[in-house]
Amino acid sequence: MKKLVCLLVSLVLVFAMATALADITVGIVNNPPSESGYREANVKDFEAVFSAENGYEAKTFYSLKNDEQLAAAQQFITDGVDYLLISAAATTGWDQVLTSAQENGIGVFLFDRMIDCDESLYEAAVVSDMANQGVTAVDWLLSQNLPEYNVIHIQGVMGNDAQIGRTAALDEQAAAGTVHIVVQQTAEWSADTAKEIVESVINSGEPFNVIYAENDDMAKGAVQALDEHGITHGVNGDVIIMGFDTNKWALRELKAGSWNYDGQCSPFQAQVISDMIQKLEAGESLDLESKQVISVEKGFDAKTLTDEDIETYGLGE
Amino acid sequence: MKKKNGFFARNAQLIVPLLSILALIVFNLFRDPSFFSISLSVNNSGNTVLTGNLISILNGASELAVLAMGMTLVTAASGGQDISVGALAAIAGSVFVKVLRAGEITPVTVVVAFLLCCVVAMIFGVFNGTLVAVFKIQPMIATLVLYTCGRSIAYWINGGASPTVASPILTAIGSFIPGVPIPTPILIVALCGVIFALVFRFTTLRLYTQAVGINQRAARLNGINAVGIKILAFMILGICCAVSGCIAVARLGYLNHETVLLEIEMDAILAVAIGGNALGGGRFKMAGSVLGAYAIQTLTTTLYAMRVPSTAVKSYKAIVIILIVVIGSPMVKEAFGRMVGRIKAARADGKEAA
Repeated sequence: MKKLVCLLVSLVLVFAMATALADITVGIVNNPPSESGYREANVKDFEAVFSAENGYEAKTFYSLKNDEQLAAAQQFITDGVDYLLISAAATTGWDQVLTSAQENGIGVFLFDRMIDCDESLYEAAVVSDMANQGVTAVDWLLSQNLPEYNVIHIQGVMGNDAQIGRTAALDEQAAAGTVHIVVQQTAEWSADTAKEIVESVINSGEPFNVIYAENDDMAKGAVQALDEHGITHGVNGDVIIMGFDTNKWALRELKAGSWNYDGQCSPFQAQVISDMIQKLEAGESLDLESKQVISVEKGFDAKTLTDEDIETYGLGE
Repeated sequence: MKKKNGFFARNAQLIVPLLSILALIVFNLFRDPSFFSISLSVNNSGNTVLTGNLISILNGASELAVLAMGMTLVTAASGGQDISVGALAAIAGSVFVKVLRAGEITPVTVVVAFLLCCVVAMIFGVFNGTLVAVFKIQPMIATLVLYTCGRSIAYWINGGASPTVASPILTAIGSFIPGVPIPTPILIVALCGVIFALVFRFTTLRLYTQAVGINQRAARLNGINAVGIKILAFMILGICCAVSGCIAVARLGYLNHETVLLEIEMDAILAVAIGGNALGGGRFKMAGSVLGAYAIQTLTTTLYAMRVPSTAVKSYKAIVIILIVVIGSPMVKEAFGRMVGRIKAARADGKEAA
């Protein structure tokens, strides 16, 4: 009888160890996919990479509310996950939860959004560099060698990370005198408002030849205004159209030559994090120069964009 | 006694919205005389169309104007406001897109899609109306439910962010019908106005709504189904949401459930208030709300034309709105009335003395 019990217990232990070896459990705290096209792609990316086939057991929690996210993260710690991956709704209030994770030996990775806390509390943060997106876009614009740059600059919600980063590069050039900003106005990410802003410039009769919209939606609204007023745009058009976020529908506009440029804001951080986790699991150190790992982000030119790019980098449908 | 039911006395309510539009117009004329120039140009689809700030204002205010019409009715009947109109318009727009994406877009499918989204919006209207009329929940709280979850429902209907639809029929609805130089949304608003005018002319809807709004119990004792009238008001607002949702979708050929008609509920309520309608319910004038909507849009367009900095645009808007609302407030109206009375009396005294 004793032998049988011993055998059973050891079998169970071996089985438990085997499953533990096979599966790395990760707790993913993110914003809900309905937030935006970006988030939708982000959530899908994490679900695809941290799947059972890849040897992960993923627990997910999605909320726009920081306190709910905190509670979920705490629950994941109690459940004993191996790693905690967080895209926080707000940058503050996380110290206690992250400290608790560290005490329990749980590796923390931040993605998409930074958290205001000590660097020692997480392994790495895989994020976008919004300022760099702006620089890439403005460099592309200056490489077009236009005789003059009269820019309508449509901004996102003021104070937002993306807005600040994408505005900075253009502001710098305006201060240096290389570009002239005809109007700089916020459309708060809304296509309708962007259309109204562009209409007001058209009606004022002031000349412009570039529309720099800080996301695809606003670029779409701006183009609608141009179409209704008989102004040509895009490749071989009078006005250069620039957008951000690489939605699939926006890249198709590029492909059709109706827009000129679209800057990527990559939601694909899962693979980078997975690679780092595998390294840690193999007992290696991450050896990062900085804990802030910047996602590689491209800018797409309508003239060189391929159908493959649209499939690979486009978000949504 | 003077005749009190003259044209001006009957439409005294419209003075404030008219004056605010007029003030903005005069301000703009001084600022830039060319602000109101209208010209003909050929758009990228090859149509000859009217362009200019006036057209932009009328066109841009379309969704708001339609919503303001429905909001007026709900305000009058229930004595409260519906804050879920933006979310409901997003849901309606989402249904519209869903049906259109199901197959080839023909005039028939567009009509079917529109009718279907009207039905869906009306069902949500009944939901809101029931909470308000049957369960006697304050309208702003009752509609908070849909305000909170409406945009998520809109997302869920299409199962993806920003779906696109493209068709010449949608372009005709959202911007210009070939051969017609006036933007179609302006025509849609006019059509809605005519429909409401006819309904008020040939049915007792206006009378009953006002009766319920002024004194629900008295209305019920007079045989008016107060609960039914309130629910009906919310259903009609639902149709208005469907119309503006469809305009918004057709305008851009896509739907972003998070940003479409964002915060428009506040503008719609404001339009009703600027229109001189009592927010506590009762008597109403729909034309006032529509003028209020155009006043708000004129203000927005003016601020854009003035190139107000992004960070300051909301404060400017707030200042002007405070002015308009204060001028339209009962206190100021009363004081103004007394002043006019004194001037008249002084004149009469002068005449007697002579």
